[in-house]
Amino acid sequence: MLEHFSYIITVFLMMAGLFIVIARGNLIKKMIGLSVFQTSVYLLYIAPGKLLGGTAPILAKQFTTYSNPLPHVLILTAIVVGVATLALGLALAVRIREAYGTIEEDEILTLNHTVEAAEAQHAEARGGS
Amino acid sequence: MALSVLVLMRERNLFAAVVLFGIYSFLMATVLVALDAVDVAMTEAAVGAGISTVLLLGALLLCKSEEAKPAHRPWLPLTVAISTGALLVYGAFGLPDFSDPQAPIHRHVAPRYMQNEVDVPNVVTAVLASFRGYDTLGETTVVFTAGAGIIALLRRRKKVIVEHEGNP
Repeated sequence: MLEHFSYIITVFLMMAGLFIVIARGNLIKKMIGLSVFQTSVYLLYIAPGKLLGGTAPILAKQFTTYSNPLPHVLILTAIVVGVATLALGLALAVRIREAYGTIEEDEILTLNHTVEAAEAQHAEARGGS
Repeated sequence: MALSVLVLMRERNLFAAVVLFGIYSFLMATVLVALDAVDVAMTEAAVGAGISTVLLLGALLLCKSEEAKPAHRPWLPLTVAISTGALLVYGAFGLPDFSDPQAPIHRHVAPRYMQNEVDVPNVVTAVLASFRGYDTLGETTVVFTAGAGIIALLRRRKKVIVEHEGNP
C-alpha cells in the first residue's frame, strides 16, 4: 500500500480534475479542472523517477545516486505546452462570453435552442405565406 | 494539497477558485522539489503558479466572476470519476514500487544519460538540449500555434467592437 501511495495521490488529483471538468458548467472552472488534471500527470511522471537517498540530477563528485532526469525533461516541455493550451482555452471562453454574454454551459445551450426555435418558426411563417 | 483541491471543487466564487489554484500550484512545486525535480519545480512555480494565475485573472476580468448554481446534483460525473479512479488505482498496483532501483525506468536509457557525454553538469539541461532537442522544436510549434490562435480570436473581437461603435 505504502509503495503505491504516490500513485494513489496522483489518481485522486486526476479524478478531481476530471470531476470538475464534467460537473461544472462554467467554462473558466472547466479550464481550472483541466489544469489540475495536467498537474496530476506531472506527478505521475516525476514520482517513479525518484530514488530514495538520491539527489537532483546535477553531477557532482560527492554524490553517486541521482534521480532519473528523463521524466524531468519531458515534464518541462509538458508544463509550457499546458500553459499554451490554458491560454488558448481562456481566449475561447472570452470570445464565447462576447458572443453569448455568458460562460455558463447551460445558458449557452438554452440560448442556442431559443435561436433555433425562432429560426424554425420564421422559416415556417415564410413558407406559409 | 488534496484539501485545497477539495475546496476548489466546492468553491463557486471564481476569484477564490483562481487563488486556490495558485496555492495548489505552489504546493505542487514543493512536492516536486521533494521528488528531486528542481528544474520542473522552478518552471511549475513560475509558469503554473505565476503565468497561469495571471491568465486566469485576466479572463475573469473580462467575464463574470460568480459561477451559477448547478441545476442538478452531480451524481453522474461523481460516479464516472470514482469508478475510473478505482480502475486506475487497481491498475497502479501492477506498477513497480516507489523508489525501486530495479524498475524499468531506471535501467533503460537513464544510466547512459548519467555518463555526462556532453560535459554539462546539469543532466536535465544536457538531455533537453542535446539528446531530446526535437521535443523543444515541437514545443515551440505548439506555443506558436496557440499564440496565433489567440491573436486570431482576439483580433476578431476588436473588429466587432469597431462595428458596434460605427453603427450605434
